[in-house]
Amino acid sequence: MSVVQNTRPTTRLGEVTVRDLSKSFALNGQRLAVLRDLQLEVRSGESLAIVGPSGCGKTTLLRVLAGLETPDQGEVLIDGLPVKGVGTERAIIFQEPRLLPWLTVLGNVAFGLEMRGKSKAQAELRARHYIRLVGLAEFEAAYPRQLSGGMAQRVGIARALTVQPEILLLDEPLGALDAMTKLTMQEELSRIWREEKVTMILVTHDLEEAIYLADRVLVLTKNGASVPRLIDINLARPRDRNESDFVAMRKRLMAEFGLH
Amino acid sequence: MTFQSIETSSLAGSVEASPGATLLRRGGEIGQLAVSRYGVIFGFLAFWQVAATVGWVNPAIFPPLDAIFVALWKALASGRLVGDIAISLQRAGIAFGAAVVVGIPLGLFMGQIRSVERALDPILQLFRQTSALAIYPVFILFLGLGETSKVAVIFWATLFPLLLATIGGVKEVDGKLIEMARTFGASQLAVFRRIVLPASVPAIFVGLRLSATTALLLLIAAEMIGANKGLGFQVMNAQYNFQIPLMFGAIFLLAALGLTANYVLVSLQRRLCRWSDIAR
Repeated sequence: MSVVQNTRPTTRLGEVTVRDLSKSFALNGQRLAVLRDLQLEVRSGESLAIVGPSGCGKTTLLRVLAGLETPDQGEVLIDGLPVKGVGTERAIIFQEPRLLPWLTVLGNVAFGLEMRGKSKAQAELRARHYIRLVGLAEFEAAYPRQLSGGMAQRVGIARALTVQPEILLLDEPLGALDAMTKLTMQEELSRIWREEKVTMILVTHDLEEAIYLADRVLVLTKNGASVPRLIDINLARPRDRNESDFVAMRKRLMAEFGLH
Repeated sequence: MTFQSIETSSLAGSVEASPGATLLRRGGEIGQLAVSRYGVIFGFLAFWQVAATVGWVNPAIFPPLDAIFVALWKALASGRLVGDIAISLQRAGIAFGAAVVVGIPLGLFMGQIRSVERALDPILQLFRQTSALAIYPVFILFLGLGETSKVAVIFWATLFPLLLATIGGVKEVDGKLIEMARTFGASQLAVFRRIVLPASVPAIFVGLRLSATTALLLLIAAEMIGANKGLGFQVMNAQYNFQIPLMFGAIFLLAALGLTANYVLVSLQRRLCRWSDIAR
């Protein structure tokens, strides 16, 4: 029995624990604390949105979770194990699609898996599945320059999904898209999250997007002035932006920022 | 009945005429394109021919084109110029090849390692700004008047444009792409092979084309200064002996050589950098 308990479960977990996390940057010779003693628990399969004014450290927090930055103090645990650098259980979607212009859509989507040691054929097989999932099957052979902004971002999303991560980290993924494309992509992300059953941590400056996609919203404040707040979004899915509860939640969240 | 037959025949006629018409139209389009692209050079050559024949310019100094081509043809057919072409190609080819073999790997290495690049940049700038022809005497002192000094001076002049272009290409690789690859666990080697190398190819081609032009420039200069064979020597020699048509013939050959080298590099670039041309 104890043996069973000691072995790590084979099912995907994707639990994130942040303990006493602090991070500061040097700016004009001064230390600027962006994150101070942050505590956070992200449940397996949960969708968490991180919002806050610019400079509050939301992107920094995501980059620490991604393993691209090391914290000054504290630690990040994923499924109980401390994070050291980038790992195979996480995948990141950046604000810019960051596609390789010399590869086709298929080549770009397969790229991540190839970097993880899969053969080209295996990688392309799985890449095709995710290209279909993001609705770009007809554009497999296209080069990034031929794609619109929304399509390019879909390729970036497919590339992250192809490595089948437990945790999907999104850094303002829809921030550079136009309003119409953004709405469609929010629906897509919601569907993908449901279908893939991944833990999703999303940095955004769009409060409506946060309410639409997240189970909980983490509100960070500038310079760690007050304790970050976690707000539960108990709305039925799929969510409707015009529903009264949704509107009420938006008002409440805007009030957090002093907006009315 | 007759009405119907007329209709079918006219229909058949129109079907028959249409491919011809499209062919004609396409031919016209190609013709138009050729005129817009090559009209000026054709006009220039025509003006030259007329001016030399009618006597607007002294034909002893500007011989008509037909005389130039006759002289060139005779020199080629008798085999007189063939040896010169071969030796010129050999000199420029060896030097250019050596610059490629040395410049591209060195540039890829230097561009990646910031400290090496910073330390070597001042001396590279100094070498680049020192005219290769100015140090040709130094090469002659060290290597004698033979082939080695000529190849060395061409190599010297050819190396720097290629090296600097390669370094520039590597330095300009988007760091965000490298970070993206790192998040997927890419090794240093994979980042180099899959990102740095392909991203630098367009810049390397800019360097290759610059270097090829420089190679021919230096070839001719070196051959004019101290050689008894080669196209550059023949230009000078023909002028000394007042064989002006042959002199122009050799000049045209050199121009053709430059155009060919550029054409080869441009086609290679189109093949390798198709991704960067697609939107154009």
